[in-house]
Amino acid sequence: MAVSNAISTSAVSTKETAPDRPPGKYRRALPQYAAVSPFFILFAVFGAFPILFSIWLSFHSWDGIGQMKWVGLEQYSYLLTDPSFWKSITNTLIIWVISTVPMLLLALVIANALHNATRFRSFYRIAYFVPNITSVVAVTMVFGSVFSNNFGLLNAFLQSVGLQKIEWLSAPWGIKVAIASIVLWRWTGYNAIIFLAGLQAISSDVYEAAKMDGASPRQTFWRITVPLLRPVILFTAVTSTIGGLQIFTESQVLFGSSGAIGGPGDGGLTIVSYLYDSAFGKHQFGYGAAIGWALFILIVLFSIINWRLIGGNDDERITKRAARRIDAKVARDRAQDKELTDAH
Amino acid sequence: MRTERIRTVVGHVVLMFGVLVSIFPFYWMLVMASNTTSDIFTYPPKLFVGSHLFENMGHVLDNIDFFGSMLITLIASLGVTVLVLFFDSLAAFAFAKYEFPGRNLLFGLLLATFMIPSQLSLVPQFVTLAEFGWIGSLKALIIPGAANAFGIFWMRQYAKGAIPDELISAAKVDGAGFFRQYLTVGLPVLRPGLAFLGIFTFINVWNDYLWPLIVMTDPNKLTLQVALQQLNGVYGTDYSMVMAGALMSVIPLIGVFLIGGRHFIADIAAGAMKF
Repeated sequence: MAVSNAISTSAVSTKETAPDRPPGKYRRALPQYAAVSPFFILFAVFGAFPILFSIWLSFHSWDGIGQMKWVGLEQYSYLLTDPSFWKSITNTLIIWVISTVPMLLLALVIANALHNATRFRSFYRIAYFVPNITSVVAVTMVFGSVFSNNFGLLNAFLQSVGLQKIEWLSAPWGIKVAIASIVLWRWTGYNAIIFLAGLQAISSDVYEAAKMDGASPRQTFWRITVPLLRPVILFTAVTSTIGGLQIFTESQVLFGSSGAIGGPGDGGLTIVSYLYDSAFGKHQFGYGAAIGWALFILIVLFSIINWRLIGGNDDERITKRAARRIDAKVARDRAQDKELTDAH
Repeated sequence: MRTERIRTVVGHVVLMFGVLVSIFPFYWMLVMASNTTSDIFTYPPKLFVGSHLFENMGHVLDNIDFFGSMLITLIASLGVTVLVLFFDSLAAFAFAKYEFPGRNLLFGLLLATFMIPSQLSLVPQFVTLAEFGWIGSLKALIIPGAANAFGIFWMRQYAKGAIPDELISAAKVDGAGFFRQYLTVGLPVLRPGLAFLGIFTFINVWNDYLWPLIVMTDPNKLTLQVALQQLNGVYGTDYSMVMAGALMSVIPLIGVFLIGGRHFIADIAAGAMKF
C-alpha cells in the first residue's frame, strides 16, 4: 500500500497551502509527475514521434537530403516482391532457429547441472556469464578467425583429423552456422542462469512428494520441472525471439567491410542488416522505414506464437479449469450418491 | 548412494566442459594477439601464447585513436549510466510508493513501450537528431538513452519491496517534500538495485554498435566498438593487431564485471523472474 498524500497534506503541510483554496489532486501530485516525466518526454521525442514519423516516411521516397516524394503504398508493395527482403527474412529465421533451439536446450541441461552442483557454483555462474557481457564486435572477430576458410582453427582441426576443409565464410549455410554459433556462445550461459533462478524458485516439497510417489528422474523433469518452469521458459523464448530477429552486428562485423553487407551470396543478410544497408548505405530512407515496420510485425507475430505455444501467463485459466473439474467431480459424486441412496 | 556420486561427477564434467567453451575464445584472442600475423597463418597453427603482445598493441595505437575512442565510449557510458540511474530511480520511487491520478495508466504506457523494437525508429530517429544538429556529437549517444522503461520497471519492483512505507511517513512528518524523501529515504535503500542497473546500463552502452555506427559520423570521434570494426576492415589481414585491439577493448569491461559480477548475475536472474 502506498502512503496516501491526502493524510500528510492535511496533517503536516499547513504552512505552504493556502487555507481558503486547498490544492487539487493533480496539483498535489505535481512532484510525482515531475519525477516520471523525464522518461515520457524522452520517449515522446526519441520514441513516439519517430515511430509516427516512420509511418509517414514509409509512404515516401526520400534520400535524406532532397525533397520527399509521396509514393503511397509503393514501398510496401515493392517490399513484398523484393527478393533481397525475403532472403533477409529467411536468413534471419534460419539463424534464429539453429541458434535458439540448441541454446535453450543446452541452457536447460546446464541449469539442471548447476542446480545439482553444490561446489564451485559461483565460479560456474561467473564463467558462464562472461560471454554475455563481452562485446559482440570483439567476439565476432575471434569467431571470424576461427571459422576462416584458409587459416581458421576449425579447418586446421578438420584437416588434422583427415577431413576436407569447409568454406565456412563463403558457403551460404556455413555463414549461417558461423553467425548462429556466435549467438549460441553468447546467450546459452545467460539463459542457463535464468533457468537456474527458476529452478531454485520451485519448492523442494514438490520434489519430495514426487519422490515419495516413486517418480523417476525423467518423470520428475517432464511432469514437474518443465511445467513449473513454464513462465521462465516463456520469458527466455520471447527474449530470444526478439533478439534473434534483430541480429545485425555479427553479420556486419564479419562482412560489413567486404563491400557486400550480407557476405558471399548474401548468406548472412539479416533483416536489420538489410534495413541498415537500405537506409544508411543506399540512402533509401522511406524503404528503410518500411522494412522497420515489417520487422515490427514479425516480432509481434512471433511473440504471440511463442505465447500461444508455451501457454503464456494463464495461471487463471488453469485454476478455472481445475475448479470446473472439481465442480464436475463433486456433481458426479453427488449424483452417484443420490443414485445409491435412491437404489436403497 | 553410488549412482548419486556418479551423477555429481558427470554433472561437474558437463559443467567444466561448458566453462572451457565459454573461456576458449578469450584464450584464442590472447594467442592471436600475442603472436605475429605470419605465425598465425602457418599450418599447424600456433596454439600457445607468444611474445609479441605489446608490439601488436603498439600497432593498434598507431592505426586507430584507441584512447580517444575509449574516452568517448567512457564518457557516453558513464553519462548514460548516471542519467539513467537518476531518472529511472526517481520515476520508480514515485511509481512504487505514491498514488497519483493516472499512475496506473502511465505505468501501463511505460510497459507498452517494451514491445517496440528499437530498429523500428532507427531511420526517423536519425532524421530527428539530424534536425537537432546532434549527429556526430556525444549528445546523440547520451540523451536518447537517458531514461528507459526497463530500468524504471525493474527499479519499481525493487523499490516496492525495499522501501518501508513507515520510513516515508516518518520523513513526511519531519516535513520533507517529495524530492527530499527521494534523497533521504529512497536513494540509500535503493543502492543495491542501483548498482545492478548501473553495471547493466554501462555494459550495454559500452558494447552498443549499431546506434554509434549510425550517429557518430565523424571519423575522429568513433566509439570503441566502431573503431575496432574499422581496424578489422582496413587492416583485415593483420589479425594479430585486430585481436590485440579486441583484447584491449574487452579488458576494462571484464574488470567492471568481475568487481560487481556476483550480485549482478543474481539480479539479472531476479529481474527475469519478475517479468
